Amino acid sequence: MFDEMNGAAGAVRDHYRTYDRWLAQQAPALMEARREEAEMIFRRVGITFAVYGDKDAGEGTERLIPFDLIPRVIPSQEWREMEKGLRQRVLALNRFLHDVYHDQEILKAGVIPAEQIIRNAQFRPEMIGVDVPHQVYSHISGVDIVRAANTDGSGTYYVLEDNLRVPSGVSYMLEDRKMMMRLFPELFSQHRVAPVAHYPDLLLDTLRSVSPNGVNDPTVVVLTPGMYNSAYFEHAFLAQQMGVELVEGQDLFVKDGFVFMRTTQGPKRVDVIYRRLDDDFLDPLVFRPNSTLGCAGLLSAYRSGNVTLANAIGTGVADDKSIYPYVPKMIEFYLGEKPILSNVPTYLCREAEDLKYVLAHLGELVVKEVHGAGGYGMLVGPASTKDEIERFRAQLLANPGNYIAQPTLSLSTCPTFVESGIAPRHIDLRPFVLSGKNVQMVPGGLTRVALKEGSLVVNSSQGGGTKDTWVLES
Amino acid sequence: MLSRTADHLFWMARYMERAENTARMLDVNYQTSMLPQSADRAELGWRGMLGISELTQAYSQRYDGVAPDKVMHFMVRDEQNLSSIYACLRAARENARAVRGALTTELWETTNQTWLEFNRILRDGLFERDPSALFEWVKFRSHLSRGVTVGTMLQDEAMHFIRLGTFLERADNTARLIDVKFHALAHDFFGETDVKDKDDAEVDFYHWSAILRSVSGFEIYRKVYRNVIMPEKVAELLILRPDMPRSLAACMSELVTNLKLVANEVSDETQRRAGRLYADIQYGRIDEILATGLHAYLTTFLDRVNDIGMGISRDFLVIAR
Repeated sequence: MFDEMNGAAGAVRDHYRTYDRWLAQQAPALMEARREEAEMIFRRVGITFAVYGDKDAGEGTERLIPFDLIPRVIPSQEWREMEKGLRQRVLALNRFLHDVYHDQEILKAGVIPAEQIIRNAQFRPEMIGVDVPHQVYSHISGVDIVRAANTDGSGTYYVLEDNLRVPSGVSYMLEDRKMMMRLFPELFSQHRVAPVAHYPDLLLDTLRSVSPNGVNDPTVVVLTPGMYNSAYFEHAFLAQQMGVELVEGQDLFVKDGFVFMRTTQGPKRVDVIYRRLDDDFLDPLVFRPNSTLGCAGLLSAYRSGNVTLANAIGTGVADDKSIYPYVPKMIEFYLGEKPILSNVPTYLCREAEDLKYVLAHLGELVVKEVHGAGGYGMLVGPASTKDEIERFRAQLLANPGNYIAQPTLSLSTCPTFVESGIAPRHIDLRPFVLSGKNVQMVPGGLTRVALKEGSLVVNSSQGGGTKDTWVLES
Repeated sequence: MLSRTADHLFWMARYMERAENTARMLDVNYQTSMLPQSADRAELGWRGMLGISELTQAYSQRYDGVAPDKVMHFMVRDEQNLSSIYACLRAARENARAVRGALTTELWETTNQTWLEFNRILRDGLFERDPSALFEWVKFRSHLSRGVTVGTMLQDEAMHFIRLGTFLERADNTARLIDVKFHALAHDFFGETDVKDKDDAEVDFYHWSAILRSVSGFEIYRKVYRNVIMPEKVAELLILRPDMPRSLAACMSELVTNLKLVANEVSDETQRRAGRLYADIQYGRIDEILATGLHAYLTTFLDRVNDIGMGISRDFLVIAR
C-alpha cells in the first residue's frame, strides 16, 4: 500500500510535512464546520450533477459531489516528469489519429493490427481524408493516472486510460481550489501551490488557435446537450468563464455549408464548437437520425472545413480500451521516443492466450468493457463475491472481444475525512491536456477519491468524491 | 445573444416579478381579512384574488369552497398551480439554470438560493405560523434579485431582456390589481362612489389604503396628494404617475426604453405598438379614463400589453424555425 501522505512506511513524506503539522492542530469540530460550510456553498453555487437512472423529478436529481478537505499534494519534481509524459503521450495520440484517418502508416507497418482499427466501432470512416487545423484531433484530453505501490515501498504512476472524447471534471478541479482558498486561506500562505484558475484562458486560447482557415477572430461556442445532462454545470461554467455562448443543438443551423446560431439580432456564424456531446448525437443526417441534440448538416460543414469541432469526430478510436495497450508503441513509432509514462499491463480478451489467463484469474483481475465508461459494466475481482464473478464469467464468455483485463493495482491512498475520522482512501488523478497550436496544461488536475473503504471505483456516479490537487512549486 | 438565452432571461425575470406581486396581493388580502367586515365581503376579497390571476376555475377543480387558508395554500405552495409562488420561484430558478452562464455569479446564486431557501422555509412551517413574514420574505428576495441584476450585470442585451420581462409582468400585474380592487366595489367604476354613511366611508378607507399598500404606495400617495384617500386619485397614481415605480406609466416607460435598446430588423411593429400605448398613458387624463369606465380601460390595456408580449416573443425570442 502506498499513501500519498505517509508513503509505504508510514513516515510523512517531505512535501506533506507542513500540511501534516497544520492538520494536527485543527480541532475536529472546526474541520466538521468547514466541511458543512463547503457543502452549503456548493449547493448555493449549484455545483451539482445529475445521476443517470435517477428518475425523481425536482431537487432529487441534482446531487453534490462529495468534496474532501484534505488536499492531494504532488511535489514539483513528480509533476515535471508527469507533465513531460503527458505531452508526449497526447502528441503521439494526435499523430495516431491523423494517421488512421489519412495514410495509415502505423497499420501498414504492422505495429497495430489493421482490423483492430477498421472494425472498431469508434472508427469513423466519415473522417477519412478530412483535414483538421494543425492536425489536432483531441484538443481536450483527460488522461487518468493512478499510482501503484512497488515492492520496494516506492510508488509508480501508470496511465489507466486516455479520455479523448468529451472528458469532464475540470470544473471541479477549479471549484475545489476556489473552495480550499476560501476555507483555508492560511494554508496557501504556508504552501507555494501552483495556480490553476487560468485554465479557461488556456482553453479559449486553444479553441481560438484551431479556427477554420482564414478566420482571424473566430466565434467560439460550447455545445451542450442541455440542462438535464449530468455535466451541465460544467458546460455552463466553462462557457461563462470563457465568455462565449452556451448553445444547444436547437440554437444552431447550417446554411450554405456554414454553421450559424439563432440570435436576437439574426443569424450569427459559428467557427469553433467545443462540443460536449458524443459523436453519435452531433448530426441526425449522418449519425443517429432521431437525435434532437445535434444540428442537421453539421458534419458536411465540418468536412468542408468551415467549422472546427473540438474534440474532432472519431477520436474514440484512440482512447478505446482495446487500443490502449498499443499507445507505448505509438509513442515509439511517431516520436521515436521511449514512453515516459507507463501503461498498466493489459490482457486483451479477444486473444485466446490472454482470455485463458483472464478466465483462470478472474478473482485477481479488474475486467472492463472495451467501450465502457463511468465505472459501469466492470468487475473488480478481489472485491467481488463468487456469485458476481461467475455471473461476469458468463458475460465475458458470451462476447470476449468486448473486454480487457488488468491486474488489480494497489492504488495509492490519501488521508480522507470519513465518518470515523481520517482514514486512507484510494485516489486517482485526471490532468487535462490542451492541444491546439501548442500543447498547454495547468499543473495538477482533478483528484477523485473512492469514499467507500477499500473501493477502487472513483467515479462520481458510483459514490466517488473529489479533492483539491496541489502541485507545489519548488 | 442567443434567442433561447434571451427567452430564458425574459421568463426568469417575469416569474420572479410574478412571485413578488402574488405575495403582495396575498399579503394585502390577508391583512384586510383581519379587519371587522362581513363574511360576504371577506370572501369577495379572496374570490377577487383568484379572479385577478384567472385561476377561479383551476382553484375550484381542486378545492371546496373559498376559504382564506385554502386560497393561500393554493397560491403559495400548491405545486400543481403553475401560478403559485412555489411554481414561480421554481420556474425562475429553472430558467436561470438554463442560462446560468449568461448571468453574473451573484445573480445566479441569488436566484438559486431563493429557491433552496423557500423550500426550507416551507418545511420549517413559517407559512403556517406567520404568512405575512413569508410574503415579506418573498418581496425582499425579489428586491434582492432586482438589485443584484442592476448592480452586477453588464448593461447589454441580457440585462435589457431581463428588464423587459420585469416591467411587462409588472404592468400586467398592476393593471390586474387595480381592476380587481375597483371591480370589487361596483360593476364598473366611473369616478364616484356612493358613500352613504360613516361606516361605509371607513370601509372605503381601508379598501383603498390596502390597494396602495399592496404596491408600497400608501406613503407615496400622502406625499403626492397631501389629501385624504380618494379612489380617483388612487387610480391616477397607479396608472398615470410616471414617478410611481409600480404605475402603468412607469412600467411602459421602461418597456419602451429597453425595447429600443434591443431593436432588430423585424421589431418595428412591436416598438410602434409599445410606443403608442406609452403615449396614450403619458398624455392620458384620469377623468377621461374614468369617463370610459375603468374596467373597460384596464381590459384594453391588458390586451395591448399581452399583444406587445407576443410581439417580443415573435421578434426576438422564439425565432421561426
